[in-house]
Amino acid sequence: MIPELFFAYFAFAIVLFSIIVITRKNPVHSVLWMLLLFFHIAGLYLFLNAEFMAVMQVIVYAGGILVLFLFVVMLVSLKEEIKVARFIGAWPTGFTFAVALFIVILMSLRSFVAGPQGKYTIDLIKSESNIKVLGKLLYTDFLFPFEIASLILLVAMVGAIVLAKKRFKG
Amino acid sequence: MPGTYIPSEYLPVLIFIIIATAFGLGALVIGTVFRPKKPYPDKLMPYESGVTPIGEPRYRFSIRFYVIAMLFVVFDVEAVFIYPWAVVFDKIGIYAFIEMVIFIGILLIGYIYAWKKEAFQWD
Repeated sequence: MIPELFFAYFAFAIVLFSIIVITRKNPVHSVLWMLLLFFHIAGLYLFLNAEFMAVMQVIVYAGGILVLFLFVVMLVSLKEEIKVARFIGAWPTGFTFAVALFIVILMSLRSFVAGPQGKYTIDLIKSESNIKVLGKLLYTDFLFPFEIASLILLVAMVGAIVLAKKRFKG
Repeated sequence: MPGTYIPSEYLPVLIFIIIATAFGLGALVIGTVFRPKKPYPDKLMPYESGVTPIGEPRYRFSIRFYVIAMLFVVFDVEAVFIYPWAVVFDKIGIYAFIEMVIFIGILLIGYIYAWKKEAFQWD
């Protein structure tokens, strides 16, 4: 009963804050509401037995990525941005896409079958601590995705510098 | 059974968040209720150490802030990956050491690139 109650709260809050984020007139307010959104996502991770993910959600998303968003918002001219109509385009198009996406999600959820239970049960993870289990798996079985992650980070770093490079010169 | 996990050891965190939120919101609400409200234009002006504000408070930031923030996020994520690695290092040993050298080595290329492109210069 308690997990369901918490999930209901987190799910409702996440949907509510998402709507608030996209409807705010001031982009800075959007970013600050997003902070609340990120904290609730961390709460959801906590109830999925993903302790480490929850902590990193707070440190990386609420700490780092939000600052990045704030700087991007500061980069654009806010005074002009606020005057522009926020929801551009015809609403029937948007509505059709939303309904289509909803149907796809519903269909995939209906055909969802839980896989066989793996080696890592909640009890095992609890007895060995979340981060140890994660580390053991990540640096042995999932070694290749881990190294790929460094390449993705490299691309992000080079991409940011290339995007901003012209401004450095002039 | 999946889905019935309760992170009970995080109850103090929950209590802390509730008290912190209640304290913050409570201070604002109590202030709104009890403080006298006599606004006039000079009082509503943004406070700039007693000087009359000049210009707009919102101006466009330099793109350097974006690059610095982006580099920060990248190295933040790198540090996140090092954390579980350090915890299980004694279990995996030299194998883990080599893979972390490759991981940091790839990111070092990006660091040298940023350095050469003068992304850290601020003038």
